[in-house]
Amino acid sequence: MYNIPGSGSSPQPAPVAEGESVEAVRKARTVAEVMAQSQAGDVLDELDRELVGLAPVKARIRDIAALLVIDRLRMNQGLQAQTPSLHMSFTGNPGTGKTTVALRMAQILHRLGYIRKGHLVAVTRDDLVGQYVGHTAPKTREVLKKAMGGVLFIDEAYYLYRPDNERDYGQEAIEILLQVMENNRDDLVVILAGYGDRMETFFQSNPGMRSRIAHHLEFPDFTEGELLRIAEMMLEQQNYRFAPGARDVFQEYIAHRLRQPQFANARSVRNALDRARLRQASRLFANPDKELTVDDLSTIESPDIRASRVFDLGTASAQKT
Amino acid sequence: MMTNPTGRLTQGQFSFLPDLTDAEITLQIEYGLRQGYAWAVEYTDDPHPRNTYWEMFGMPMFDLADVAGVMLELKSCRSTFPQHYIRLVAFDSTRGVETIAMSFIVNRPSVEPGFSLVRQETNGRTIRYTIRGHEADRPEGERYRK
Repeated sequence: MYNIPGSGSSPQPAPVAEGESVEAVRKARTVAEVMAQSQAGDVLDELDRELVGLAPVKARIRDIAALLVIDRLRMNQGLQAQTPSLHMSFTGNPGTGKTTVALRMAQILHRLGYIRKGHLVAVTRDDLVGQYVGHTAPKTREVLKKAMGGVLFIDEAYYLYRPDNERDYGQEAIEILLQVMENNRDDLVVILAGYGDRMETFFQSNPGMRSRIAHHLEFPDFTEGELLRIAEMMLEQQNYRFAPGARDVFQEYIAHRLRQPQFANARSVRNALDRARLRQASRLFANPDKELTVDDLSTIESPDIRASRVFDLGTASAQKT
Repeated sequence: MMTNPTGRLTQGQFSFLPDLTDAEITLQIEYGLRQGYAWAVEYTDDPHPRNTYWEMFGMPMFDLADVAGVMLELKSCRSTFPQHYIRLVAFDSTRGVETIAMSFIVNRPSVEPGFSLVRQETNGRTIRYTIRGHEADRPEGERYRK
């Protein structure tokens, strides 16, 4: 299990007094009432504000939220409302925000009263699959028990299934997972995440898994403009900003970086900014006697970005062609 | 029936009350989780009062957020040992405390014959008393059969 960067520091909406709000939601008769009392609307708005791009994903999340609100109203009127299956799969290239959205999803589902606790347990193959016979089942069960009442996020889920090794214990973990996904639908929501093509093969070899997952969300790559906005938001969160010329240089940087291999969308942007901060720090460090103002300390100048290796590679390949 | 006035084992919390329903058990677990306790399921077929350590079913459940995990484990223990005593224990890991904070029985055999009092005559007119479960005569795993 690992910590998700940003999950601790991002401003969380004030927690609701639990019993009270749940009780109020039960009495609600209109969509607006449910939204107001559950505060799910706030999370949705926040999702819109803080996450750049990802239009199809946001639309889908709104659909799911709408269904849950209507179901809640049906239940209040005494109509049958079968708890919908909310297991999901998130596919997309690296750095397209799968983990971030999963975190938000847990909040939204909690606000709507679909899951009881709203925490996210993020695991990978290592946390589920054991190393010897009889090790896998208790290990998987333990993780599932920890995730109950919240969301179980399985990153790189396709690693669970190794077709080349028929005695691999991954299959055992998948079977337990399927069983719990079916029987304890009220207790936890499972989100599988991974890169598109590999998840496709994973689902093909585990048809039971595909049929138990109701929502397949595809995360599109970010465009250059979106990446730039993401960069600005990241800097803002850390109390930094671009100097007047630096923004254009960074735009140029993104354009170069996009064409290079192993581009990881928002994650690459974050790494680039971290390196720019390093260079800014050593630039300031080189002048020990200078009195540093707030402005000096929080401004990323264009040379900080310009020094990146990406520009050399970019011009080199341009000269070659 | 002086040795077994209630016809049932009285150990731990709530044992003089009627058996807790699953909903009531859920509330107790919920309370324990809020206090930060780690729950575990234990079972035995030798409920002698001095038998402090029962067998643990599975592992102790640390870092749980929700009741469902504990209830899942309890259900599977009940289906494995329907005729055993099963109790839930909550471990408080606070430094300096580090002990069981809650413990209550959640499953009993259908018939509880209780204990008998054994009197041992020793030197002079001294009598030593000991208690012995009626079911303890039979080997482990064969007690409390219907």
